Amino acid sequence: MKSKVLLYTRFERFWHWFQAFLIIFLLATGFEIHGTFHMLGYGAACYWHNLAGMTLLILTAFAIFWHLTTGQWRHYQPCSENLKKIAGYYCVGIMRGEPHPFRKSPERKLNPLQALSYFFLKVFLLPLQLLSGLIYYFYNDWLNWGFALRLDSVAIVHTALAFVLLIFLIVHIYLTTTGGTLISYTMAMITGWEEIDEEICG
Amino acid sequence: MDVKGLNYACTTCHVTKAHKISGRYYSRPAPGRHQLALPADDGERLACESCHSRSPHKKSAILNHHTDKVACQSCHIPRYARGGVYTKMWWDWSSAGKFTKDGKAIVKKDKNGKLAYHSKKGDMRWDANVVPEYFWYNGSMSYLHEGDRIPPHEGPLQLNSLQGNYNDPGARVFPFKVMRGKQPYDPVERMLVVPYLFGKKGTGAYWADYDWKKAAAVGMREAGLPFSGKVSFVETEMFWPITHMVAPKEDSLGCAECHRRNNGRLEHLTGFYLPGRDRWQLLDTLGWVLSGLTVLIILLHAGMRLVSSARRKDADTQGEVDHEK
Repeated sequence: MKSKVLLYTRFERFWHWFQAFLIIFLLATGFEIHGTFHMLGYGAACYWHNLAGMTLLILTAFAIFWHLTTGQWRHYQPCSENLKKIAGYYCVGIMRGEPHPFRKSPERKLNPLQALSYFFLKVFLLPLQLLSGLIYYFYNDWLNWGFALRLDSVAIVHTALAFVLLIFLIVHIYLTTTGGTLISYTMAMITGWEEIDEEICG
Repeated sequence: MDVKGLNYACTTCHVTKAHKISGRYYSRPAPGRHQLALPADDGERLACESCHSRSPHKKSAILNHHTDKVACQSCHIPRYARGGVYTKMWWDWSSAGKFTKDGKAIVKKDKNGKLAYHSKKGDMRWDANVVPEYFWYNGSMSYLHEGDRIPPHEGPLQLNSLQGNYNDPGARVFPFKVMRGKQPYDPVERMLVVPYLFGKKGTGAYWADYDWKKAAAVGMREAGLPFSGKVSFVETEMFWPITHMVAPKEDSLGCAECHRRNNGRLEHLTGFYLPGRDRWQLLDTLGWVLSGLTVLIILLHAGMRLVSSARRKDADTQGEVDHEK
């Protein structure tokens, strides 16, 4: 039996796609500022990067509020149970056409592997990247704030985290193709509704 | 100046009170013990900031973030010797004193009509619309004075050396004209010589007798300095801060003149992190290799998924055929 369930509410979808756009845009402009390629020109890239960064900061504030008030933060509690099973599925099971070992439900939207990776993304990676970006932006004020930092250290941390985010993004986009069809996960994040097997299998 | 615009006279900025002329090296004291025509207190020190403040850019906070490390002049004077006026860049005294076979002075001009060689002065080079050279500068210079021993040096002898570096909170990136050339010196006493130039034949004047040793002997004697009798030539350079001929704001430098991987204006100014130019090569290599590996693994994984699902389909149809049988 399959049934359609509303997994992602309107704000969650808005937040996801806006954040996706901002992160991709920040990566592109960021690597232009880094000198990797030329697209907008250094000055414009800098301007838009800063603006997008501030926008992401505001969006994140709204998202934190949403997570806390709706209790949705519980989805990101990592648990070590069934981690091996999920990882095994992506390595082997998926090739054999086995069903995904995890059943999604509005009560538990993320499989343990997802919960762990998004926990890492949202609790460490993004906050650290936003923080290092903010510190970078305010480098003129470091002395007033009593910081004794070097610009290259901050820049290196910011660049290193950008690479981690880039790799995360690549893997994330690829894994969206592992649903029922290549685009079914993507469609679920657009419409909010996802087809779910109701049978609970072991 | 700028008759159609602000129509400033020199004294609009260089206000003089009681023989104290505002200006002279913009915001800092003049070099060393030599005060020259220098006002003694900050009141007479002129800087762009005197009128424009330290955050003059109304549209961009990022530009104002630069004023702690970059002098206004660095971006707002994109080139010097503009408007078709040539400036002397090189003066080699060592080649002076050559004459034609019949003893006449040689005078050569370059393609722009500027003096390229003169028997009295040696070789020269001129240039216009020149890109400045940039150095950290806190407003103080050390001068090599008349009678100073030439210090050990690598490269050309610096007649004045700039003070300040990236870590000096008072220092900023400043544009300079660097005047280069060759000058006579006494290799034994290790001292630049003061040559006697003007004078009648037989007095030792260089422009009459064309003998560096005689000219140096007279000059050094008059200056009260020792002279060994030997004259040699040393390559020298002198730094001239650029501060006039501020261009209209549309012509000021764009970001990428400095913030670029290669061939930026600050290419030779190292020892600090300049975004867009500098990177940690190891991190970049590691980052791109790992990203590439990720894509590779994904491609492999996707390939295996394709192949295995195709096989399963085959097997399924085979199964159905078997079933029908």
